[in-house]
Amino acid sequence: MLGFVVRAERDQLVKDRMAAFGDRITGITQEVDLLCVHVKKDALHELLRTLRDELGFQFLTTCCGMHFPNETQEFGMVYHLHNMRAGHRLRIKCRTTADDLEFQTATDLWPAANWMERETWDFFGIKFKGHPNLIRILNMEDFPAFPLRKDYPLEDPTRLDKDDRSFGR
Amino acid sequence: MKEPLRPDFWQRDIVEGRDLRELTTLNLGPTHPATHGIFQNVLTLDGEIILDTEQTIGYIHRAFEKLAERRPFYQIPTITDRMNYCSAPINNIGWHLTMEKLCGIELPKRIEYMRVIVMELARISDHIICNTIIGQDAGATTPFLYVYQWREKIYEIYEEICGARLTTNMGRIGGWERNFSPLVWERIRGIQKDLPAVLKEFEKMLVRNRIFMDRTIGCGPFPADLALAYGFTGPNLRACGVDYDVRVADPYSSYEDFDFIIPIGQSGDTYDRFMVRQQEMWQSLSIIRQAMDKLDAMRDKTTFQADVPEWVLPPKEEVYSAMEPLIWHFKIVMGETAVPVGEVYHCVEGGNGELGFYLVSDGGRTPFRLHLRRPCFIYYQAFPEMIKGGMLSDAILTMSSMNVIAGELDA
Repeated sequence: MLGFVVRAERDQLVKDRMAAFGDRITGITQEVDLLCVHVKKDALHELLRTLRDELGFQFLTTCCGMHFPNETQEFGMVYHLHNMRAGHRLRIKCRTTADDLEFQTATDLWPAANWMERETWDFFGIKFKGHPNLIRILNMEDFPAFPLRKDYPLEDPTRLDKDDRSFGR
Repeated sequence: MKEPLRPDFWQRDIVEGRDLRELTTLNLGPTHPATHGIFQNVLTLDGEIILDTEQTIGYIHRAFEKLAERRPFYQIPTITDRMNYCSAPINNIGWHLTMEKLCGIELPKRIEYMRVIVMELARISDHIICNTIIGQDAGATTPFLYVYQWREKIYEIYEEICGARLTTNMGRIGGWERNFSPLVWERIRGIQKDLPAVLKEFEKMLVRNRIFMDRTIGCGPFPADLALAYGFTGPNLRACGVDYDVRVADPYSSYEDFDFIIPIGQSGDTYDRFMVRQQEMWQSLSIIRQAMDKLDAMRDKTTFQADVPEWVLPPKEEVYSAMEPLIWHFKIVMGETAVPVGEVYHCVEGGNGELGFYLVSDGGRTPFRLHLRRPCFIYYQAFPEMIKGGMLSDAILTMSSMNVIAGELDA
């Protein structure tokens, strides 16, 4: 029983444990109200398991894909974990390049990750190694693209009134 | 109480190595009246016993996360209220709270209490829908027709606040679009006065009803550890015995000022889910009463917007007659308000669980990425696990007691 402790102390506990990962943790940042741990792809699964088993983050709130078309590490995954007993949330980020789009699945840690990862595959084309049933979930099976990637147009690209540049941005 | 099935019960049908079972494949859905929305379950049945379930969802997928990337922040509430349309104001206010967290906007207490009242009304209407439908699916039609009227009365309150009933688009970033009219307060008091008697009648009809109890106790039970692993939140998790409620764990909109309890169940079966929702309605009524008392004790009766001119539309008379309000009006409507760069995750206790918004802003006029944590998308994947080895008719009741809303499931 960890009990309720203030967030700064909880954050410090996480930071201390993260030190054991050495340079496989690429950074720990504070984003508005959440602590965010940036991790290399090969250490992601080990990190999630450590957080679940040793630091009490027993609840996977959500996980989702990201796409940054202008960066070398083009794709990413974001996990939100929750330690309900201590009232502590944590964000995990992991980035990868476009030619290495395969993460280790988290379904063995949380069955809830099943559909979240299927959704990520469906929308970003990110694969999950070891996933039991990695097929599209919301789009139809023969959909030709991964629609949440930034290069997938939502509207008619010739429409100038929807262009950010017309607003000086 | 039913006897639980042994996992190897079907092996009695294996005679001399030959499988003598005659399995049936049954399509439950996509448009089955008991699914209350469009999603499909392909069941493999041995007689009436469910062996396997394959789920298909996505029939009303509208790509909200992609749509949000092309919309100014001001236009996103209309997306959110099409998710869980049974309690749309909670979704709207959840989005406003997310934006307020990102922009660092502080609200006066009066606005927060008004929001609490509306969110609790929405929770009551959500629970009325779910619980009366459990009654309907168990064979009791009366509550569905009788108690449902009170959902109608709550929708009349929404109508008076914002003009819409189902997809409300209620409130604005930084407060409300206008002050509540006297009729709103009158109608809220009407609900406070009349709803308890109706709820009592409803409970008298079902709670200790032998037929209803036999039908729902032990139907679709789920243990707490599995529920946590499957990402359950909201009444479904609390019915399993975990007292997690976002309103208490991460208070938002001044929920810390109110005194209420989190009802929990024990076995996580349909009866417990029903009872947890029923008790939550009483708690919501108590929260509304406390909020009304706090508002009555306040001297201020007019504040309905925080002091954030870059987000709140100025009054129309000023827009038509003065320069400055016209400029603000134009900037806001065109989505030209500057938003800080940053990432926030904000969650609210929706009608059926933790509704989360993960918003990434790169300082542009639209979100860079908006991920929606839809509670029923996450917990509905446990449905095959919940009904495996049970009867087909129990699967229907389990599904209606899970409160799966197709709009939220598919986003």
